[in-house]
Amino acid sequence: MYSRAYKTLVSLPPLLWVGLFLVLPYAMMFAHSFWAVRDGILVHQWNLHNYVTLFSKPVYVEVLWRTMRIAAAVTFCSLLLGYPLAYYLSFHAGARKELLYQLVIVPLWVSYLVRGYAWKTILGSEGVLNGFLQYVHFTHEPVAFFLYSPFAVVLVLTHIYTPFVFLPLYAALEHIPRPLVEASEDLGAGSAQTFLRVILPLSIPGLLAGATFAFVLSLGDFLAPLLVGGASGIMIANVVQSLFGAAYDWPLGAAISVCILLITISLLFLSERLEKRWSSK
Amino acid sequence: MSRLALRGLVKAFGSTKVVDGVDLTLEEGEFVSLLGPSGCGKTTTLRMIAGFVPPSEGTIEMNGQIMSSPGSVVPPERRQMSMIFQSYAIWPNMTVAENVSFGLTLRKLPSDEVRRRVGEMLEIVQLGHLAKRYPAELSGGQQQRVALARALVNRPLLLLLDEPLSALDANLRKQMQSELKALQRELGITFLFVTHDQEEAMALSDRIALLRNGALEQVASPREIYAHPATAYTARFIGQTNLLRGEIRDRIAKCSAVEWPVDGPSGPVIFSLRPEAIRLASGGATVPGTVRFRATLQQQFFSGATELLEVNCGGQLLRVRISAHGPLAGEHDFIFSIADAIRVQE
Repeated sequence: MYSRAYKTLVSLPPLLWVGLFLVLPYAMMFAHSFWAVRDGILVHQWNLHNYVTLFSKPVYVEVLWRTMRIAAAVTFCSLLLGYPLAYYLSFHAGARKELLYQLVIVPLWVSYLVRGYAWKTILGSEGVLNGFLQYVHFTHEPVAFFLYSPFAVVLVLTHIYTPFVFLPLYAALEHIPRPLVEASEDLGAGSAQTFLRVILPLSIPGLLAGATFAFVLSLGDFLAPLLVGGASGIMIANVVQSLFGAAYDWPLGAAISVCILLITISLLFLSERLEKRWSSK
Repeated sequence: MSRLALRGLVKAFGSTKVVDGVDLTLEEGEFVSLLGPSGCGKTTTLRMIAGFVPPSEGTIEMNGQIMSSPGSVVPPERRQMSMIFQSYAIWPNMTVAENVSFGLTLRKLPSDEVRRRVGEMLEIVQLGHLAKRYPAELSGGQQQRVALARALVNRPLLLLLDEPLSALDANLRKQMQSELKALQRELGITFLFVTHDQEEAMALSDRIALLRNGALEQVASPREIYAHPATAYTARFIGQTNLLRGEIRDRIAKCSAVEWPVDGPSGPVIFSLRPEAIRLASGGATVPGTVRFRATLQQQFFSGATELLEVNCGGQLLRVRISAHGPLAGEHDFIFSIADAIRVQE
């Protein structure tokens, strides 16, 4: 048995960490969201004004709604890319499995910023993609919507978050005991039937985890819209950033943050519930 | 026409031959065990028969039709056989009834027929009351029965079993052995049973095919293989035995301190002598056709109805199984009948 003093000593650093860097900032954010700014000065006067503004001004609701749509599109696209990749690696890659796995992981070591800028040079009107399309006479004018659009944001975020979808999916697929798959073939199921009736249902927990990653990370993303989003691709995190910066309206920024936090928490909660229900079967 | 025929079956991974020229035929309704230590190629052989692994050489025929040859393999889903996996491999995301109906719904049978056949099969394996449960709620023995029901409901011509009882505890294993045997008799399906447990193979099989390093060592009924092992390996693997190494000279076999008359040319020789073939000698005279020798008792292991003695006869250690006798010590006379000393190959 460990002594009481020892247990306290061991649990102190993580508790301090969580308290200082998680509970305290969130509490401050929460408090700020009920304060106000008068004549450029923050006043500690409790009110609900920020929340009223947030939901009455169409611009905020619109950006929030667009952010959710972009996050949903990113989730969908990265599942569409990540699932076949994970499935192929887990079931059919054979000896190339290790190498391919590393190839998925390596891009994660490259700075987000570098990858964002790389897309700028690809998608811009003088960029690689437009240059190529004009070269093959597919179009005569540069295609404008490639860059500075929600499309560009979805593209970049999909590129960045697909590995995050791939990893839990791959882990889930790797955990399916192979005899479960062989038993299905043995009992007369072809590969499509085996996939639909055995592999896919058993990979649902990984799928939920991956989808949650992609959605939550996209929801709070700030760099991709800044780099390639333009005016039409602005997301809620950019609004928060400007409220905390140039606009100097911390209380409103905090109120939006609280909203994002609530959305995120309820999503995590929902995904965990679904995952539990699925695996308790 | 035999149900299953393996002809010159070889499986090589790189330069190592895991299965090395197996010829074996199974008749309709037969229960054959593929027996051998781990790594002898028995599971690979089974997986080739099931269609999961293509053979490197040779063919697998079922009812006279070629199922597998190095060039072409009929996929598992189009063979009229089913496999029972060591880990049961029942799907955790489906109920017992869903697991069992899997094969039938794939064949697009009418739903009332599916229901009827699943119900019947669940009754046979005594799981009728658990049809709506999920596998995680079942015991090991019950999961095993689900796996059996799931395979048998499709009425396969051949059932392949890959060490299906090895994950069960000893009591449950005995019970499942008897259930398996009863089920096989009742349904008349050919069983090919892979195991490393010689006792299990002896208790269940019509014939035992003993594998050694990927090749068949001996194929015979349990009684035959026990009474007349062809090789020292077989004699040691099936039951306990004493291997007496010695020499034949002038029609006399001499193994350490014991000798007896035999027919056969001179040269080195090995005999297998089962522990129960040796008895404590009573009376003074040597009966014709028996060999009498004197040995010193070293150990005595009591096991209820019988006891096992380890005796030393001129440097050769011999195991002797006698019916319960009481404590023994010192030197004793033992006899065995010459007919029980079976000449085996190396």
